[in-house]
Amino acid sequence: MQRNAVRWGLLALFVDGPKYGYQLRTEFDARTGGTWALNVGQVYTTLERLARDGYVASIGGNDDGRAVYAITPQGREALAGWFTTPVTDTDRPRSELAIKLAMAAADPDVDASAVVQAQRTESMRQLHDYTRLRRRADPDGDVGWLLLLDHLIFNLEGEMRWLDHAEATVLRRRTRRAGTPLPASSGQDSEPAETAAQ
Amino acid sequence: MLRFTGVSRVYPAAESVVRALDEVSFAVNRGELVAVMGPSGSGKSTLLALAGGLDAPTSGSVQVEGVELGGLDATALARWRRDRIGYVFQDYNLVTDLTAAENVALPRELAGVGTGRARREAVAALAEVGLSDVADRFPDQLSGGQQQRIAIARALVGERGLVLADEPTGALDSRTGLAVLEVLRARIDAGAAGVLVTHEPRYAGWVDRTIFLRDGRLVDATTRETPEQLLGHSS
Repeated sequence: MQRNAVRWGLLALFVDGPKYGYQLRTEFDARTGGTWALNVGQVYTTLERLARDGYVASIGGNDDGRAVYAITPQGREALAGWFTTPVTDTDRPRSELAIKLAMAAADPDVDASAVVQAQRTESMRQLHDYTRLRRRADPDGDVGWLLLLDHLIFNLEGEMRWLDHAEATVLRRRTRRAGTPLPASSGQDSEPAETAAQ
Repeated sequence: MLRFTGVSRVYPAAESVVRALDEVSFAVNRGELVAVMGPSGSGKSTLLALAGGLDAPTSGSVQVEGVELGGLDATALARWRRDRIGYVFQDYNLVTDLTAAENVALPRELAGVGTGRARREAVAALAEVGLSDVADRFPDQLSGGQQQRIAIARALVGERGLVLADEPTGALDSRTGLAVLEVLRARIDAGAAGVLVTHEPRYAGWVDRTIFLRDGRLVDATTRETPEQLLGHSS
């Protein structure tokens, strides 16, 4: 869950020393390449919850009068647990794209191919942008930033393959129902739906 | 550099006609690499053949560097193709009895360039793709990735400013494929123009724009005017 990811992400920032709220926001932004914008209020709310759960504790104020927090032994233990536990409860199945295509595929009045193509073009546009950023990134620079870009690129690749597969599946299903032969072009050179799904 | 205007290619069939390409218009500028994606039979290969002057449109105009390919006679077209357009194929198409340098020098020698100069240009082109050390080896002594990089050097040696690549990474593993794209991209950035036919989103990510074909028609295209500050980074 997104809220959980922010909570653990902020807690992880305490590993290299005590921090204050605004500093957490800046470092989170740097570590995630600006891909996940947090507002200050969200940071302070999360910080309060971390303190309430005993994962961080206030150690007083710095020279500027800002409240500084440090991770507790309990927080370190919980963080180690987070790192070693695989992510299973994601919001992926609830993505708008999956819902949109599921609805489009079931509605005979909607041109599912047009829905797929619009998304394919947008996904490719994003892939161009992320690939350009990845090409220009310093290969010896911030490894977190490189991994994040790779994550975005791999996700888009997967999404485009899924779009091909979804289009071929819908076309095949509609063609079968209409009782006409499958057109030569059914999907972007994708595997037949039944085969690809295996 | 390359301009298609209302290009159609129609083949006669048994009872009707096949519109392999239908009123397609697009342009590729210098320093630009454009990907063509689409299902099997969507017209990708026809588009590449027309761009390279290997086939002629039924209607419409194909221009390379402002020259109307349809206005050239067979001899002039053959010379134009040899001198100005480079091809990269999935299976490299290197001459097995020639060394890497001789393969790259071959189109220059055919263009009438002296052997010594052709050799120097070939060695320089091989250096650009990072293969100076294998100039005197034969293709069967080289890996698939090295052979494809030689094919790219051959495609762009001399004054050829347009490279047409048909699934150039098809037979290569992922890492080698990306290395080949890197070389192709560098040559494009140095001022050439390129068209890349591919079905791999990963490789299409390396281009500036992608056009999508379906049933011979250009159905959509990404635009180049994309925000550089996608993630708040201006790098």
